[in-house]
Amino acid sequence: MNEMSNASNMKTPLKRVRGFGASKTGTEHFWQQRATAVANLPLMAVLVWFLIAHFGATRAEVIASLQNPIIALLLIMALASACWHMRLGLQVVIEDYLHSHLAKFAALALNIAIATSFFAIAAYSILKMSFAP
Amino acid sequence: MAEQKQVARPLSPHLQIYKPMLTMMMSITHRITGVALYGGTLLVVWWLAAAAHSDAYFAVVQGFFGHWFGKLILFGFTWALVHHALGGIRHFIWDMGRGFKLPTVEWMVRANVIGSILITVLLWLIAYGVKS
Repeated sequence: MNEMSNASNMKTPLKRVRGFGASKTGTEHFWQQRATAVANLPLMAVLVWFLIAHFGATRAEVIASLQNPIIALLLIMALASACWHMRLGLQVVIEDYLHSHLAKFAALALNIAIATSFFAIAAYSILKMSFAP
Repeated sequence: MAEQKQVARPLSPHLQIYKPMLTMMMSITHRITGVALYGGTLLVVWWLAAAAHSDAYFAVVQGFFGHWFGKLILFGFTWALVHHALGGIRHFIWDMGRGFKLPTVEWMVRANVIGSILITVLLWLIAYGVKS
């Protein structure tokens, strides 16, 4: 008998895990948080390197660098991973501190809207410069 | 139910009861830097959008980041990013079930603070080196 079982509960551990807990998403949030965290390490290094290399640069220099497809793709991936990671992270903060249903759901929805908007604007900007004539 | 007599129950101690400890402050700092990086990401998005938009608008944004106040914000952003990244590595080591001995925990949080400051200063030295 493991600690999950007790005499008054006949459910097996498998039956419990299929319910996925209160959120019905199981370990998905935790796992995605860790996966994006690991991905962020090399991707943020690329982003910081790019920003340092263009510290005080002209617009023409920034556009010229982004014409390299590898740089453009790495930056888009960096923004994708970072935006998803921060969406997951702020969600935990919201769930910890906001308890009124309306405020919580509004904040959770706004969090997703802002994080995806950040990514959309960044990706569009990078591609626009990357494809610029 | 509402008129039921309030019984003086013992309360479980909360944050203000405990003496601040480095590990606890680092946990709080990890969360604060994480939230601050939300704003940092906005700065990166703003800079990219400005570069995609026009020469005139990009000059405005570069002017803002060139000002001492803009640089101060960027320096804080760099530190928050490095601190949060090192904190993430620390949490990852714990997720692997390692580094739970108290001296190890203390060593890791100290390395986190010192490392974040050193790496931030180093990155800015490199940035100025690249610029000149």
